[in-house]
Amino acid sequence: MNFDKEFDASGLACPLPIVKTKKSLADMASGQVLKVVATDPGSVADMAAFAEQTGNPLLSSGQEGGKYVFFLKKG
Amino acid sequence: MAIIATKGALDMAYPPLILASTAASLGWDVQVFFTFYGLQLLRKDLSGIAISPLANPAMPMPVPMPVMVSALPGMQAMATSMMKAKLKKKGVASLAELRSICLEADVKFIACQMTVDLFDFSKADFIDGIEYGGAATFLKFAGETDVCLFI
Repeated sequence: MNFDKEFDASGLACPLPIVKTKKSLADMASGQVLKVVATDPGSVADMAAFAEQTGNPLLSSGQEGGKYVFFLKKG
Repeated sequence: MAIIATKGALDMAYPPLILASTAASLGWDVQVFFTFYGLQLLRKDLSGIAISPLANPAMPMPVPMPVMVSALPGMQAMATSMMKAKLKKKGVASLAELRSICLEADVKFIACQMTVDLFDFSKADFIDGIEYGGAATFLKFAGETDVCLFI
C-alpha cells in the first residue's frame, strides 16, 4: 500500500505507540496515509480504538516479518 | 476525563500518566488532580519514586521471598532498581517522559493545595505549568466529564 509517511514504533510499549502515532499524524494533510510499524501486541487493539476515536480511518492492520503494520488515513 | 492521583509509588505512578497521555492523544480534555502521595509525581526530581516488595505479595520476584527478607535494609532500593531496569528493557516510557507528553498535550495538572501545605512542600519543589487548587476546583471540571477515575 502506498503511504506518505512512516513511523517506526518498534520496541515501544503502551502508551507510546499511540501517543507518538498521534504526533506523527499532526503535521500530515487530510487524506494522506501514515504507515506505523510496532512490536507491541497490544497495539493491534489500541490502534483500532485510536482510529475510531480520532476519526483517522485504519485502512489496514496486519503482520509483516514478525511486526505489526498499520496504515492510517489522516481524517 | 478527570483523574485523581493519590499514590506515589513507582507502580501506581504509571496508570494516571499513561491514561492521561493516551486520552489527550485521543483528543480528550484531561485534568489530573494530584493529592496526598500523588503529589510526588509533580516534583521536579522524580528519582525518589520507589517500589517496595513489602506488603506487595503480587509483585513478581525472581525467587520466592519471605516477608522478613523483604523488610531488610536495601530491599526497597533493590526492588526499585530492578523494576526500573525492567521497564526500560521492555520499552516502557519513564515517568518523566510520560509527564512531559501530558504537558505538551495540554493535560491540566492540579496540585492539591491542602496536601502541599500539609506536607510542608514548597512550590519550588514542583514543576512549572501546574495549577494549585482544592476539591471544588477539581469537582467543577469532573462534574462535566464522561470518565472520572480515582487512582
